[in-house]
Amino acid sequence: MSFWEFANPKRFMDWTAKVLPALSVLTIASMAVGLIWGFFLTPDDLRQGSTVKIIYLHVPSAMMAINIWIMMLLASLVWLVRRHHVSALAARAAAPIGIAMTLVALLTGAIWGQPMWGTYWAWDPRLTSFLILFLFYLGYIALWSAIEDPDAAADLTSVLCIVGSVFAILSRYAVRFWNQGLHQGTSIPVATGERTVSDVFFAPLLICMAAFVLLFVTLLLMRTRTEIRNRRIRALDLRSRNA
Amino acid sequence: MIALLLRDIRLAIRAGGGFGLGLAFFLILVVLVPFGVGPETQVLARIAPGILWVGAMLAALLTLDRLFALDFEDGALGLLALAPIPLETVAVAKAAAHWLTTGLPLAVAAPLLGLLLQLPSGAFVPLFVSLLVGTPALSMIGTFGAGLTVGVKRGGLLMSLLVLPLYAPTLIFGAEAVRRAADGLAYTTPLILLGAISLACIALLPFATAATLRINLR
Amino acid sequence: MLRVSDLSVARGGRRILSDLSFEVSAGEALILRGANGVGKTSLLRTLAGLQSPVSGQVEYAEDTAAYASHADGVKATLSVTENLAFWAQTYGGTLGPSVFKRFDLEDLRDRAAGTLSAGQKRRVGLARLAVLNRPLWLLDEPTVSLDRFSVKLFEDMLTADHLAKGGAAVIATHIDLDIPARTLDLDAFATDTPLDADTDEAFL
Repeated sequence: MSFWEFANPKRFMDWTAKVLPALSVLTIASMAVGLIWGFFLTPDDLRQGSTVKIIYLHVPSAMMAINIWIMMLLASLVWLVRRHHVSALAARAAAPIGIAMTLVALLTGAIWGQPMWGTYWAWDPRLTSFLILFLFYLGYIALWSAIEDPDAAADLTSVLCIVGSVFAILSRYAVRFWNQGLHQGTSIPVATGERTVSDVFFAPLLICMAAFVLLFVTLLLMRTRTEIRNRRIRALDLRSRNA
Repeated sequence: MIALLLRDIRLAIRAGGGFGLGLAFFLILVVLVPFGVGPETQVLARIAPGILWVGAMLAALLTLDRLFALDFEDGALGLLALAPIPLETVAVAKAAAHWLTTGLPLAVAAPLLGLLLQLPSGAFVPLFVSLLVGTPALSMIGTFGAGLTVGVKRGGLLMSLLVLPLYAPTLIFGAEAVRRAADGLAYTTPLILLGAISLACIALLPFATAATLRINLR
Repeated sequence: MLRVSDLSVARGGRRILSDLSFEVSAGEALILRGANGVGKTSLLRTLAGLQSPVSGQVEYAEDTAAYASHADGVKATLSVTENLAFWAQTYGGTLGPSVFKRFDLEDLRDRAAGTLSAGQKRRVGLARLAVLNRPLWLLDEPTVSLDRFSVKLFEDMLTADHLAKGGAAVIATHIDLDIPARTLDLDAFATDTPLDADTDEAFL
């Protein structure tokens, strides 16, 4: 059996129905552990006080905001190359989660920025990049809802997603060129293997990040199931009108 | 391709084609800004590069929404798709016509409007050059946006929503070059990057635009 | 010149014609008949390549077909000559003075197409066909808004200039054209099934 079998709508509904309950429990559990540990069982930071604890929402949501876009890009490519309908629907289902994550990252960032930098918003490269990412999500969702034909909508949003990705990267470098910024370096630089967060904060942060990934996967599966059901309603509607 | 280019320029210049609308919009915007921020010379000189670039960008956007829509409605786009020229070429010709009727006049007019905004004298040439180099990217990206939304009734607003975020890098480098020139700094780096964006857009976006047209014509 | 085999055609997500097979050879004209909405326009669009067939094949040599419908892309602000010259150039055809004479457009050459009457505009649309230099014509209601005199003009041109010189034509029309032609009744091929059924069935 090939890997793509899982992308057959019927099979997708079957295995997601089995996986979802366990996944939901796992999401809630890891979210609870990560957040409770992070919020109540870590010491206050020397300089930042208790405000530092917003990191447990801010960093994972920021990470997901970018990764969800990448997931949408991959799903769009799969749709364009292999014409798997579930792939297109998954990309569509992911966008609202992505925009929510971007919004959470921006809002928690603003709440954190006020005590740290003395301002809710600064035109810092990272903040600006996220704002631009937010606009990209907005356009993507708007295009999906504007086009009636499902296949044409899937095609056009896929093209937009690919072109948008290139411009998103371009914007990131342009913005860096434009303003050097206040934002601290990334908390977990993957490339160097070092980290700027001390161990006490790091363990619960990792759990929170895992929890956010689980949250995304759970929501994505749920929303994709909804999209598939939407298509089912459409099919049944067509069939009844035809009978 | 030349035939299409000439036809589009003719269409733009003749009555109702919208030529000059972009320029008029640009002028009005620049006239209104001092009403908003006050007549102080120093303040105006400070924000002039940004206002001029943002204004040019919006003026370019304003004339985009009919780019493919008219040809789509009267069947000409379908006939062009059947003609022995690839849709990629159609996309390039459309963008070139848009640039010649919008981008180029904007670049020529911008220094004059710079006078109104007290643009420092050292920045006039960079303003002209940056618009000359940057507006092709605006036309190409806009053509892509117009292709995406050609099948959408009243797609103008949607197109702005899709195109404006894509304009961000072009705007940043373009305005940065003028800003640096206004401050008496070297401005070649942003100008080169701006040129790179324009060239990359011209090289790659026609393929994406043609893809959107094929999907919409299907 | 044109061979159609087992063709199925869709419109608005529904399959409306199925199992069409026919051939048109050089010098021949085929008239498509059928009730309103049977799918004459969709069939012609499919033959032209503006929409893809649901199944089956449409075969003709590349760059031999010219398609004309009510939406003939005539620009209101361009003159008649400019309109025709543009299409001649994009299709690699030629715009000679004979075309204006043929379609009785000589006095209208420099008028903006927007100021023409509906019938005159239609004649420009048909003249557009003649300048494309394409042997296979796919015509969708070519005589709409033409008066008797212009219909005659069109018939003469079609028979004498096009078919006699080895051209071919597929014509959807309601009126009786005075040309030598076979007739194909599309009502016999009509069907009505949702096109998305295959896709949507996968979701059920």
